[in-house]
Amino acid sequence: MSSQSGIFNSSIGRKIAMALSALFLIIFLIQHFTINVTSTFSPETFNSWSHFMGTNPLVQFVLQPVLLFGVTLHFVLGFILTARNRGARDVKYVRYNGNAHSSWMSRNMIWSGLFILFFLGFHFYDFWIPEINYKYIERLPADETRYYHEVQEMFHNPVRVVIYVLSFIFLSLHLLHGFQSSFQSMGARNPKYFPAIEKFGKLYSILIPAGFIFIALFHYINSL
Amino acid sequence: MDLTLKVWRQPNGSTKGKMEDYQVSGIDGDMSFLEMMDILNEQLIEKGEDPVAFDHDCREGICGMCSMQINGEPHGPEKATTTCQLHMRKFKNGDTIYIEPFRANGFPVVKDLAVDRSSFDRIIQAGGYISVNTSGNTLDGNAIPVEKKNADMAFNAATCIGCGACVAACPNASAMLFTSAKVSQLALLPQGRVEASKRVQNMVHQMDLEGFGNCSNVGACAEECPKEISLENIARMNREYLSASISSE
Amino acid sequence: MSVLDSKIPSGPIAQKWTKHKNDIKLVNPANKRNIDVIVIGTGLAGSSAAASLAEMGYNVKAFCFQDSPRRAHSIAAQGGINAAKNYQNDGDSVYRLFYDTVKGGDYRSREANVYRLAEVSTNIIDQAVAQGVPFARDYGGQLDNRSFGGVQVSRTFYAKGQTGQQLLLGAYSALSRQISKGKVKMYNRHEMMDIVMVDGKCRGIIAKNLVTGELERHSGHAVVMCSGGYGNVFFLSTNAMGSNCSAAWRAHKKGAFFANPCYTQIHPTCIPVSGEHQSKLTLMSESLRNDGRIWVPKKKEDAEAIRQGKKKPTELSEDERDYYLERRYPSFGNLVPRDVASRAAKERCDAGFGVNKTGQAVFLDFASAIKRYGKTEANIQGIDNPSNEKIQELGKKAVEAKYGNLFEMYEKIVDDNPYETPMMIFPAVHYTMGGIWVDYNLMTTVPGLYALGEANFSDHGANRLGASALMQGLADGYFVIPYTIGDYLAEEIRTGPISVDGPEFERSEKEMDDRINQLINNKGSHSVDFFHKKLGKIMWDECGMSRNADGLKQAMKDIRALREEFWKDVKVPGRRDGFNPELDKALRVADFLELGELMCKDALSREESAGGHFREEYQTEEGEALRRDDEYAFVSAWEYKGDPGEAELHKEELTFENIELKTRSYK
Repeated sequence: MSSQSGIFNSSIGRKIAMALSALFLIIFLIQHFTINVTSTFSPETFNSWSHFMGTNPLVQFVLQPVLLFGVTLHFVLGFILTARNRGARDVKYVRYNGNAHSSWMSRNMIWSGLFILFFLGFHFYDFWIPEINYKYIERLPADETRYYHEVQEMFHNPVRVVIYVLSFIFLSLHLLHGFQSSFQSMGARNPKYFPAIEKFGKLYSILIPAGFIFIALFHYINSL
Repeated sequence: MDLTLKVWRQPNGSTKGKMEDYQVSGIDGDMSFLEMMDILNEQLIEKGEDPVAFDHDCREGICGMCSMQINGEPHGPEKATTTCQLHMRKFKNGDTIYIEPFRANGFPVVKDLAVDRSSFDRIIQAGGYISVNTSGNTLDGNAIPVEKKNADMAFNAATCIGCGACVAACPNASAMLFTSAKVSQLALLPQGRVEASKRVQNMVHQMDLEGFGNCSNVGACAEECPKEISLENIARMNREYLSASISSE
Repeated sequence: MSVLDSKIPSGPIAQKWTKHKNDIKLVNPANKRNIDVIVIGTGLAGSSAAASLAEMGYNVKAFCFQDSPRRAHSIAAQGGINAAKNYQNDGDSVYRLFYDTVKGGDYRSREANVYRLAEVSTNIIDQAVAQGVPFARDYGGQLDNRSFGGVQVSRTFYAKGQTGQQLLLGAYSALSRQISKGKVKMYNRHEMMDIVMVDGKCRGIIAKNLVTGELERHSGHAVVMCSGGYGNVFFLSTNAMGSNCSAAWRAHKKGAFFANPCYTQIHPTCIPVSGEHQSKLTLMSESLRNDGRIWVPKKKEDAEAIRQGKKKPTELSEDERDYYLERRYPSFGNLVPRDVASRAAKERCDAGFGVNKTGQAVFLDFASAIKRYGKTEANIQGIDNPSNEKIQELGKKAVEAKYGNLFEMYEKIVDDNPYETPMMIFPAVHYTMGGIWVDYNLMTTVPGLYALGEANFSDHGANRLGASALMQGLADGYFVIPYTIGDYLAEEIRTGPISVDGPEFERSEKEMDDRINQLINNKGSHSVDFFHKKLGKIMWDECGMSRNADGLKQAMKDIRALREEFWKDVKVPGRRDGFNPELDKALRVADFLELGELMCKDALSREESAGGHFREEYQTEEGEALRRDDEYAFVSAWEYKGDPGEAELHKEELTFENIELKTRSYK
């Protein structure tokens, strides 16, 4: 036999890498949501948790780079795979009845993904860069109470709120296929427990983005 | 019934193709889709035109030779049915039907609706077998019992007819369902376990070389599969591949 | 002395094969590497032969006309494969399988070959299991069996209704393994056009690349033909659309004798013809007869009413139904052999009791099976006094578990629910027992040319039992040819590579070239199918389920006239250099038009009724087949003499040393 290419050069290897990064991001999203949601009922908790996340060296210098790597891997692989997949059919169908056999979400992961990527860029520009600037470039003094106010201020702007809401709708669509798909890619499918995974995935994909939308709207309405 | 057909015509692999319109009339609901195509071809021959080339052989839904993307779906709208078993009663008088070849770079067009699926043969040649000589001096058939559940699952995977509908349906033109059906069948049987890890790696490698796309778990393949091969086979192949990659040197 | 030497080894029948294997010549491994073998066809016989020969060390070239070797029509066999394993402990043995096969074949097969077949049958199962063929298993993990027509033991191994598919894919996997090793060179979409003879030996073939249209020359030290049967001569049959007789017929014209061409099997349980545009017929597995009961109305008025749609079959009470197989053959009932069941159906329909629009169908009814299974199931579940609805529900489930896929297929084709109303079935051409004459080594009368599987004539006599075709194909390919071919090839080790540039190859190619040009340049007015359908009608009417002298004579004349018309008036569209399925079809039909005449000639010369060959002049008072062992216990082997009508008959006398010739009785 010809020599085996490395696992991540193979189609299944890439698929597994995609799934692993997805699962990691799914977990990250829970953590992110848990912290954010405290802002709707306890500004103190929100401030203290945010401060911990923003200053703890383990989070800052280990988890944050891992997260960055995970996000980058996920979308870079997404681009590569999509490009290859598109390239696997040079002559397109004149008529392709995709709805007959698959969901819109599953066929358009690249579009929902791109929208989310756009949002991430925005989020970086909007939140992460000022944050880095605050802490590591201008080296302003640590202020354990600034986070809640910053959030309130941000969602004062209706344009930002609309972007948030739209993005999380796309995230929901992305997750509706992506959640169960990552389990399938890892080979975790069995008639006994897979329906439960699918059900949980659906709940997750709707509730978590809905929660983020709720937070945005909550602060916006409060600011009126 | 009378129908308008929009059929892909392409003289050979190296020439570009295009859709052509044809009218057929007097189609009976009891006819199979291929018998309707026979009528079209009789018409074309009468007129001195080149008949539409399409692959077909057993016309019983088992040889896997017939193909055709019908109204945007491989083997047409009926579930769990090959084109040869699709009957015209599924269509209405006045319908327009789009008929295209199975499209994928791994399936180059031979002529019109006939495509070359030898890539599937090469995937099997890469490892879709158990390396046993045909001496007949093997163990007695009953020497190794096979749990009924596994025997049944292996059988279900083995019913794949290699038609390529999975590739045709997949937005990525991926051949994962086909490949995984064979990987699964042999992985589920004790006699196939011996070579399981080498097999899955070799077959996946060949599948990638043939230019098929990657699986993104869309599930169109299983929905359109005339033999209803399950997505569980792909999951099993992913598992097999993962463990093979980890355990191999 | 007869020109036919069957080369049956001496000695007691049970030792013949072992002895023969010990006596025949071997080719040493180093020499095998210098020997090329060509295999035509990749069905069960072809795939298994190609794989086995390559494994032994020969260089194999395998050819199939389909786009992949996995698509050969063996794949469509549904029911199962027989083997004398006696796993069910019901008294089965090699001898019994041998006996049943000879008896089922109406005592017109060669004892020694059949015994060998029964003997190696058990190896087939072991081999297939080792290859990963997923046969049905019981809850203990052991192989399951079922029973089939014409026998009284359960010896049929199966994989739901797809046994042929599973066995073929097993053989295909073995073949694929050899292809990957480079020991087999596979030629997909290639059709054999002719064999090439050099110095009286078969030395190669001319093949047509169906994609490019080019003719190719291939040489080999031996050619193994596994090209299947010729049932498509009837146009409508259960064969695949591409199944053809051309390889066999070309070989016949180059000197291979054609044996028993008139023995065709008409399978009793097929879906009836629905209309003029029917392109092929679909078989419903014989296993259905295990549970289905076959009937027609007792009264002609009822049959008439059902035909016109005025009455439904379910409206007829039990006394108004004629379960004619149970009536005529009480001991075997619905499980009589195929030829008997088919003729009985035809007899009823001819008498005016047919039940579909065309009057050419009988009912296959599962109502009593549903009731029976329903009751058993209710007992198992401990339901006392189950309601009729409950019984129906449970019974339908049980029937679905057994035959679900077949019922689904029926519903798809006929658009009628067989759980509610009885199925309609009618006999259809299914298998051809006749074929190229071969000796015990499976070599034809042409040195170096072998015929295996359905393409040869040897094992099924005048009628084949269910689940025996798969057995024969694999036995020939896996376990017979690998040994017997050595006997001939041992003499070929000094031959060296065979050039394809010789005048013989050139001549053969030229002949084929001319033939193709003639067809493609013919400015006729009718398509190939037009002629094929006409031929099919003649064959079905005059050389089908029953034959008579006048009809056969007329048929020979008609076929001859049709053949002439074909060559004058056929219209083949397109070009010859490229993919042109119509041209390929024309080449095949041209051969069918010759074979058809020989079939009629053979049927005319065999003045007796045996198995699938029923001569109206030779029947008992009760209308059963009348065999004439004193005069016709021989194989008719026909030698080509320039025209199918002029073929010369050679007889191979059949001697029965181990089985007493009896009138077959299934009463």
